Amino acid sequence: MINKKVPSATEALQGVRDGMTLMLGGFGLCGIPENSINRLVELGVKELTCISNNAGVDDFGLGLLLQKRQIKKMISSYVGENDEFERQMLSGELEVDLVPQGSLAERCRAAQAGIPAFFTPAGYGTEVGEGKESRDFNGKMHILEHAFEADFAFVKAWKGDEAGNLVFKGTARNFNPVMCGAAKITVAEVEELVPAGELDPNSIHIPGIFVQRIYQGAAYEKRIEQRTVRKRQ
Amino acid sequence: MSLTKEQIAQRIAKEVKDGYYVNLGIGIPTLVANFVRDDISVEFQSENGVLGMGPFPYEGEEDPDIINAGKQTITTLPGASFFDSAMSFSMIRGQHVHLTILGAMEVAENGDIANWKIPGKMVKGMGGAMDLVASAENIIVAMMHTNKAGDSKLLDRCTLPLTGVGCVKKIVTNLAVLEVSENGFVLKERAPGVSVEEIQDATLGKLIVEGEIPEMIL
Repeated sequence: MINKKVPSATEALQGVRDGMTLMLGGFGLCGIPENSINRLVELGVKELTCISNNAGVDDFGLGLLLQKRQIKKMISSYVGENDEFERQMLSGELEVDLVPQGSLAERCRAAQAGIPAFFTPAGYGTEVGEGKESRDFNGKMHILEHAFEADFAFVKAWKGDEAGNLVFKGTARNFNPVMCGAAKITVAEVEELVPAGELDPNSIHIPGIFVQRIYQGAAYEKRIEQRTVRKRQ
Repeated sequence: MSLTKEQIAQRIAKEVKDGYYVNLGIGIPTLVANFVRDDISVEFQSENGVLGMGPFPYEGEEDPDIINAGKQTITTLPGASFFDSAMSFSMIRGQHVHLTILGAMEVAENGDIANWKIPGKMVKGMGGAMDLVASAENIIVAMMHTNKAGDSKLLDRCTLPLTGVGCVKKIVTNLAVLEVSENGFVLKERAPGVSVEEIQDATLGKLIVEGEIPEMIL
């Protein structure tokens, strides 16, 4: 067993510097690497390029990094629900690259899988396809999208073991698995870190080979963005 | 009488067939789930990574780890599954999802759709919409026939940045059911009590009216 365990976010984020490109898992506020984000705020690293489906809300998730002007560029598919983000984008302080969600996921997966680029129909004939190579496959037009290149991937899983194996819960899975191994260093934070051998190998969602550092998150707020309920009859 | 948003959803629910996997967009499309007949088997997919989506949870049973693409807390039904974002779009791009229902700001008579950006005003992003419209074989747009300013949303050409080209097949609005043909919008049904003339007046793109147009049955 190759041990990937580090004591805390402090050790896990060693080597993160200004100007780096980071991948961050999560969909909305669901399954975001809360502890790694908090540590990025503490470190105060700047000029970051962040690849993340969303940009958090004003006072949680990536919104915390936006508040401190630590992000130079966001690569996302959907950035609503964040006033500070909108302000920085419209004033030109923040560079934004909007990518169709399926292409965003596949560009991570391609990086993980060692595939430099792929063709997809998403975005053909729109702003997204402008300047990109296009090609007809079976009578349908596709555009060429490239794998991402990133320095660090920060993901969050439900359970993990010392070998770096990960298990996700519910829709908190989302972008986390496809970012594992898609950057030079993948840092996983988990709600419960167990010794190797305790997780059933049949149940592992992401094998430890894709993870370089794993730590147990100190606490999880797990904020709900849209609380929707029904009344009991 | 023009339809309410609930009634638009109710009419679209009739397009959902037994055995369909369906992706519902945010807004009116989300309401469609409330009106699907309970004697057919349908599974709802949400692109953030769940198939077999159920109703909202009871108060106190919300799970922050179980949400839909609108970031709303949800439940799952027997037979449900969770998966990552790449697999989610394998279902969509690979055309395993049978029907996509989504909202729009504009639809053109050639089937172009715009729903993600108003330059200089609103830039929220396309989310999964571009992947959905580029790959789905069966796309229904649910929207109001005109915008808040009273301008038609059914145009000869979209004026806003496109989400997809030539992809919309059917549109259900508060006034009508229309299909997109090579020659323009074909009027199929009228909302109860709404005349062909009223629909024509609210449609800027080419409207094709052939024979008697029946009223919708909800």
